[in-house]
Amino acid sequence: MSHDIWVWVAAFLTLSILSFLYKDNPFYKFAEYLLIGVALGYGIAVTWHSTIIPKIVIPLKEGHQYHLIIPMCIGLLFWARLFPKYAWLSRWPIAFQIGAGVGIGLPLILQADVFKQIQGTILTSAILNNPFNAFSAIVAFVGVVSTLIYFYFSLEHKGVVGGIAKIGIWYIMIAFGAIFGYTVMARMSLLIGRFQFLLHDWLGLMR
Amino acid sequence: MRKLVPLRICLVCGIVMLIQFFIPHNYSQTFFQYALDWLIVCGVFAVVIGLDSNFRLHLTRIIRRKKGWGYSLITMVAVLSVAFIGIKFGIGADSLFMKIYRNVEVPMDATMFSLLGFFMASASFRAFKAKNKEATVLLIIAVLMMLGRIPIGYFMWDKLPNLVEWIMMYPNMAAQRGILLGVGLGAAAMQLKILLGIERGWLGGAGD
Repeated sequence: MSHDIWVWVAAFLTLSILSFLYKDNPFYKFAEYLLIGVALGYGIAVTWHSTIIPKIVIPLKEGHQYHLIIPMCIGLLFWARLFPKYAWLSRWPIAFQIGAGVGIGLPLILQADVFKQIQGTILTSAILNNPFNAFSAIVAFVGVVSTLIYFYFSLEHKGVVGGIAKIGIWYIMIAFGAIFGYTVMARMSLLIGRFQFLLHDWLGLMR
Repeated sequence: MRKLVPLRICLVCGIVMLIQFFIPHNYSQTFFQYALDWLIVCGVFAVVIGLDSNFRLHLTRIIRRKKGWGYSLITMVAVLSVAFIGIKFGIGADSLFMKIYRNVEVPMDATMFSLLGFFMASASFRAFKAKNKEATVLLIIAVLMMLGRIPIGYFMWDKLPNLVEWIMMYPNMAAQRGILLGVGLGAAAMQLKILLGIERGWLGGAGD
């Protein structure tokens, strides 16, 4: 058995959360609320050390980057939301964040989610040279096109379009099955990790 | 006025950031870095709004002694103490803060997510019925995916892991790529609508 107090704390909290499998109980509730509090406290401390100190305090104190006062003033307007009379002022920093975010994000989304995906789907002579690679690439190409057609609702899914959309459904089912199986396995590996911790680190029953 | 100014701010900021993307010059890169810093600095202040919402909820429950107020007290004590320890004593690898993180948050997070494995298994047992061909395909692929990633799958058929890998790499990727293309086009259209002031949902909630 472990002599480390932290291992005992972790074991108690692990068992408290696992106790939910029996039914909702005070131990689970305690762990649940503690998790929320610790996660929030963690976020505050990390924001302090990774953003407030290096991005605001040090540049202002040591770098004399006084231009940062402008975004600070804009950011302060967020707090107007706390005073109902002036809540409308909080739209300004939101507008700044959303506007700049959209300006930065729009070309990146088109590049990553559209152009790169199309580029990766197109069949090239280099891919088609090897029979197995060619087969796999054609499977992928048919999958992308049929999935897109399945989600294209401006045309009635009848005749050829309906047939291709049907193939799309099969591909989507394969993807959903794969995602489901993958997720279950990920959760199971976490569970195995927790049992390993309980049996090895805490109780010392496993070598 | 109360809506027009934010709409104009949004439009100007968006267009300026869009233009800088297409200018491959040092000045443009420097401007981009400044803009990113400004966004981060400005965004930090929004954390207070989130904290206010959380504190208001829990403090109200504690003050009014509502049912389960003790749990709210636990949350409040945890938030304040972890934040204080992190800010006061640092967040280095051997700090008390990291010990709390490794031995309190990580085990609870992992156990919470592993619990979902049980619920997913029981829910799928009830919901997944091979009623038609498509549902059967989903079921078979899910089972293959699980078997292909554990040793017993390899012992059953040594090519199973390769088959599973191929399914992940091609048919699964193809469908996900199709969905991603749709999502990408949809997101781009939505962003254009926000920029042009057609979509104004983000303005809501602070009076006219």
